[in-house]
Amino acid sequence: MLRYFLRRLFYAVPILIGVNLITFALFFMVNSPDDMARMQLGVKRVTPEAIQQWKAARGYDKPLFINDAAAGVQQVTDTIFFDKSMRLFAGEFGRSEDGREISQEIRQRMGPSLAIALPTFLIGLGLTISLALMLVLFRGTWLDRTGVVICVGLMSISSLFFIIGGQFVFARVLKLVPISGYESNPWTAWHFLILPVAVSIVASIGGSTRWYRTIFLEEIGRDYVRTARAKGLSDARVLFGHVLRNGLIPILTGVVVVIPSLFLGSLLVESFFGIPGLGSYTIDAIAAQDFAVVRAMVFLGSVLYLVGLILTDLSYTLVDPRIRLK
Amino acid sequence: MSTQPLLQVRDLSLAFARQDAQGNTTLTDALSNIQFDLHAGETLALLGESGCGKSLTSLAMMRLLPPNARYQSGRLLLKTEDPRRPEDLLRVSEARMRQIRGHRMAMIFQEPATSLNPVMRIGEQIAEVIRLHRGLDQQSTQREVRILLDQVGLPDPDKAAAAYPFELSGGMKQRAMIAMALAGDPQILLADEPTTALDVTLQAQILDLIQSLQQQRQMGVLLITHDLAVVASRAERVAVMYAGQIVESGAVSDVLHNPAHPYTRALLAALPERAGHGESLLQLPGRVPSLGHWPMTCRFAPRCADQEPHCLMESPPQVVMPSEQTISVVPHQVLCWRAGDEAMRAYGDSGSVNRRRTFAESAVLEVRDLQVGYESSHGNWPWPLSHWFGDKAIQKPVVDGVSLQLKAGETLALVGESGCGKTTIARAILGLQPLSGGEIVLDGAPIAGQGVRPQAGWRRNVQMVFQDPFASLDPRQRIRTILAEGPRALGLAPATTTDAALCALLERVGLAADALDRYPHEFSGGQRQRIAIARALAVNPAVLICDEPTSALDVSVQAQILNLLLDLQAETGMAYLFITHNFGVVRYLADRVAVMQAGRIVESGSTRDIFEQPQQTYTKALLASVPVIR
Amino acid sequence: MDPIDLLNILRDSLWVCLVTDALLWLLFAAFVLALVVILRSPLQRQVWRQVFQQRLAVVSAVILAVAASFALLDSIHFRQPLPALTDDPGAAESTQVRYAVEVNSVLDLLLRGLRSDYEKTYSAPLAVNLSALEPVTITLPDGDVEVRRESPRLKVAGQAFPPGPVSASVYWTDVATRIALGTVGGLVSFGILAFIGLALHRWRRLVTPSPYSHPVARRWTLITLGLIFVLVGVMTSLSNNFHVFGTDKVGQDVLYQVLKSLRTALVIGLVPTLVTLPIGVVLGLAAGYFRGKVDDVIQYVYTTVSAIPGVLLIAAAVLSIQVMLDNHPEWFATAVERGDVRLLALCIILGMTSWTGIARLLRGESLKMREYEYVQAARAFGVSAGRILLRHILPNVFPIILITMVMEFSTLVLAEAVLSYIGIGVDPTMFSFGLMINNARMELSREPVVWWTLTAAFIFMVVLVLAANILADAVRDALDPRSERPS
Repeated sequence: MLRYFLRRLFYAVPILIGVNLITFALFFMVNSPDDMARMQLGVKRVTPEAIQQWKAARGYDKPLFINDAAAGVQQVTDTIFFDKSMRLFAGEFGRSEDGREISQEIRQRMGPSLAIALPTFLIGLGLTISLALMLVLFRGTWLDRTGVVICVGLMSISSLFFIIGGQFVFARVLKLVPISGYESNPWTAWHFLILPVAVSIVASIGGSTRWYRTIFLEEIGRDYVRTARAKGLSDARVLFGHVLRNGLIPILTGVVVVIPSLFLGSLLVESFFGIPGLGSYTIDAIAAQDFAVVRAMVFLGSVLYLVGLILTDLSYTLVDPRIRLK
Repeated sequence: MSTQPLLQVRDLSLAFARQDAQGNTTLTDALSNIQFDLHAGETLALLGESGCGKSLTSLAMMRLLPPNARYQSGRLLLKTEDPRRPEDLLRVSEARMRQIRGHRMAMIFQEPATSLNPVMRIGEQIAEVIRLHRGLDQQSTQREVRILLDQVGLPDPDKAAAAYPFELSGGMKQRAMIAMALAGDPQILLADEPTTALDVTLQAQILDLIQSLQQQRQMGVLLITHDLAVVASRAERVAVMYAGQIVESGAVSDVLHNPAHPYTRALLAALPERAGHGESLLQLPGRVPSLGHWPMTCRFAPRCADQEPHCLMESPPQVVMPSEQTISVVPHQVLCWRAGDEAMRAYGDSGSVNRRRTFAESAVLEVRDLQVGYESSHGNWPWPLSHWFGDKAIQKPVVDGVSLQLKAGETLALVGESGCGKTTIARAILGLQPLSGGEIVLDGAPIAGQGVRPQAGWRRNVQMVFQDPFASLDPRQRIRTILAEGPRALGLAPATTTDAALCALLERVGLAADALDRYPHEFSGGQRQRIAIARALAVNPAVLICDEPTSALDVSVQAQILNLLLDLQAETGMAYLFITHNFGVVRYLADRVAVMQAGRIVESGSTRDIFEQPQQTYTKALLASVPVIR
Repeated sequence: MDPIDLLNILRDSLWVCLVTDALLWLLFAAFVLALVVILRSPLQRQVWRQVFQQRLAVVSAVILAVAASFALLDSIHFRQPLPALTDDPGAAESTQVRYAVEVNSVLDLLLRGLRSDYEKTYSAPLAVNLSALEPVTITLPDGDVEVRRESPRLKVAGQAFPPGPVSASVYWTDVATRIALGTVGGLVSFGILAFIGLALHRWRRLVTPSPYSHPVARRWTLITLGLIFVLVGVMTSLSNNFHVFGTDKVGQDVLYQVLKSLRTALVIGLVPTLVTLPIGVVLGLAAGYFRGKVDDVIQYVYTTVSAIPGVLLIAAAVLSIQVMLDNHPEWFATAVERGDVRLLALCIILGMTSWTGIARLLRGESLKMREYEYVQAARAFGVSAGRILLRHILPNVFPIILITMVMEFSTLVLAEAVLSYIGIGVDPTMFSFGLMINNARMELSREPVVWWTLTAAFIFMVVLVLAANILADAVRDALDPRSERPS
């Protein structure tokens, strides 16, 4: 088990370096730092001195990979790549365009992101699996057919419409909840959270319900289900006692891997509902073309994804006795 | 034998409903007037080739049919306390039926590997039945589970109860499956090909187990099988099914010794076990018609050699034959117009065309001290990390020092249980598997081994026919492309891939020329196997490796393929390396036999010696477990 | 618009071939080619006949085909010649013709009425008055002048009515007449076309049977096409006097915007697969077939790419490209070309980020398939790896590739809306559903509520994506051996 983890961690390092290389190439090799400076400074203030100053303030005046001017280890360490990419490994995210510490900002914004993402995830998962099981229990009837039609319908609607429509109906017309905003006190924040959570669930429910239904139906066709029915078990007991646990295995692949990424929040929902989480932070950074923040978020996202992969393997050992980690 | 049967199946008919594009429902007959009794303490064998409806019958008895199946008629009368008022299973509620399933009637299935819930402990799966049907408390349930597992002969019941199915071997899984079926204390056991997926030694053990449990508990067992030898050795009565009907039924001794229906007679005559070495097997023309393509009158008539004009005009009557047994309680019934007609062609002693066979003295294929080991991963590290950090590659020997010689025109049978390395040898000879030691010499030239670089074109000298006729042809290529693949890849003369050449090839394996432009899915299993043989023949190999080429085929089709293989050998002088676990086929086909166990050859010699004077205990055990027809 | 005029304009104009135009037409050509292949192979015909036995699949296919024809019409671009400057006699004689900076498409020409006429600002669907209040100076009968705030009549719409307030009866009579006329017009033109089509079909069926010749397919194709014709007829006739979906903030017709958005949606939905497929198929098949080191390296690459959160990778790439484009304005002659390159870049980026799914899927398939007996048989003949992959494995995974591609379409169309909303989608000078939603999102808080832009975008997008989803389902049911079939 321990060996397994060590191995996975070792495996994660080259992947993260790869991630850094990709983002580095995108940010520094497609365009030179000069281009970025021009972009940030705006047309009016572009002078060679201003560009130099902008670059120096952010450490972009160094060479990309190898610093010939420096000596020894510094040849490698005193470069943009090392400074901007490798330092991420140590959790040094640097500063954003407006001069704030990015790691500080991430710590503050994780809470609100989780406050939306966690309930969405948990309630959504429970609801989806129950709905899928219900459709499967009534398979072949009008209930199943209507359910599938509704799922496909929901899948075909952009989440933007759910958000805009939800805000319009429940907040503006019915005035049941505030349109947007957030409070850090969890006991009073619920009325800010309820609409974004509900909207996120509705937006994703169609696709996943249909997917889980397919998985369960596939399980129902297997031989062991026939055995269970030959034992005299009722349809419902076969479904809950046998099919559910087997069906959970493929469901886990898709689900567990996103759990760590819940920290990152949802881009759309947070920005529409004014939640000060990491999602809206990212959106703002993209809008402001704040490369330092985007780079930091890419790195964070990749780390969380890799953690998710490890968790997925772990969860397999819990649900599927056939899998042992070596 | 009690007078009151446990279960009476009366006039059971079944159809599948299908909706066409216009929304009209059409019904396709699947079972017609199935009728039999099942008595306590008795085994009734339901015999038939694939697609004749035997599994469907058992599912119909449990009311576990797919949703598009419709009962057309019939009664399933289950014995109750009151002997005059049996319960009709087709008329009870689903709730009542659930009480009957597992409790009065239980079932074991063919594939123990997939029929057990993979993520549930064996003990729990058995306990489920006990809780459901016997309402015992937690403790007695656990005790009962242990007793059952012990009864079915699992060495460590506690360990087995705590195990997941994947932790048990195939035979142990099937034992656990039987324990599960017995858990509800049923009077009737439906065993659907319970041993087909198992090795021959395990087959005998499992059948012994079922038999002894049946005796202990006085159960009625319905044994569904395609294996005549199993019927002969394990059942008291037999019902032969063909195309959804029972065509002949009666006591095993009557049916097997005096078969009255042409189909039963043909089946018996097609058995390689019964034919002399090198004789032609009887071959039934055609194949079992598929669902929805059954003749309106006698369903066997189109394939029947004794067909009369009348057979095609009116459905045959049910005829009761005289029995050999002095006190017969079991009528010998036949569904045939000509039942009892002495003029019917006598099957079995068909003309023995002795094929001329010549062996060369020199070996065409020689395998010397062959060793093959699979590298069991590189410790899950990705390359290049595996290179630096990974565990040293673990070599697990699958084939451990095997030496073989094959002379031109000779057939060498390689027998052994699954996993003993038979197929790995074949793959190594074909160059599909790297060797870890030893040498392979083909036609005098080394083709594999340490530092051996085979001459270009060596592959045309050795080819293979695979086990599964459905997986061995690319479904998206026409037969023309499939046949021409070999000659093209080996750069043979263009004349070998002309239509004329390919048609000649098809003719040699007994197929019509119009097959060239068709796709594999348009052919039956036997026809596909013919195409696969033609594909190998296209490059005119000196050695043909046959990896269980008939194990996926029905008996009657198997006979066709075996005949074809023998004819081709007489014609071309090819050497066959025949991999199989079917001893009937071995005895019929092989000149020499090599018995394998765990990667080694434990005994080899001429077929006659091996069968009549086996030296090794393993060989003796193997031969002892082969069911034979008396 | 007179067809002769149209041809004249097309003859005189300077053709502009945008990259995405070329790609869309290329895809269309590939589609036609695939159709020919399918019609020729009996195996394929049987499979596709199964797809088009389902009513909904037929309806969806027709809807997508209509959307595609709009997009294709919108993918023939040109620049019209400028009128010669008459005051300079020398210029008139010179052969040098100058062309407008504005790039138009054939669709633009067909929709000229919708495109050129701007209202002042918002107006509701079928309205004759502006949706905003403006100060209007009114001379009262007694000669006094009073300034009232009211919504004035529209400049373009409602010209069939006399000036001044329009009474309800006059208004509704006009609307009803136009709807009736449009319906009749649509039905008549449909009838003529259907007659020709069926005649052609009958003739063609003698030559080769088609998967479409199934009665269900034929009936529902005709029904759907009939409805679409009626709808187009009604819209056309109403558009002569109204804005069917109203106008937006700058007074532009919303119907025109949604029709133009169709092309963007189709480009986004289709072009990325041109990037995804080669990468995903080659890497996936190679990883599964060769295993070992090749597999390790390919797995490393796709784990790395999929480790980066998709939106962020797209954002990073789009931002970089944007900076590059902004710093090189000299690369493009017109704004449309610039927007087009940005659209293409977006497609490539979407393609580069979404190949991992299919690669993973195909790796598994080819890992499984290399053990199949027919592959073993080919290897026993010494057939080369490349040839086995091409002749045995690729054809057998083709259904999976096709299914993934069809399913990806709707995902990509939906993704476009989100990306455009975040500001990393298509160029703001273009038309797309995402941009429409983005522009319209504050409109719901206006008083009176401006709901029509959003609604129009919603209807068109849902119909498009729903059709794609339904078709994808039908294709999957028919082609994927693993999928469950309704019994």
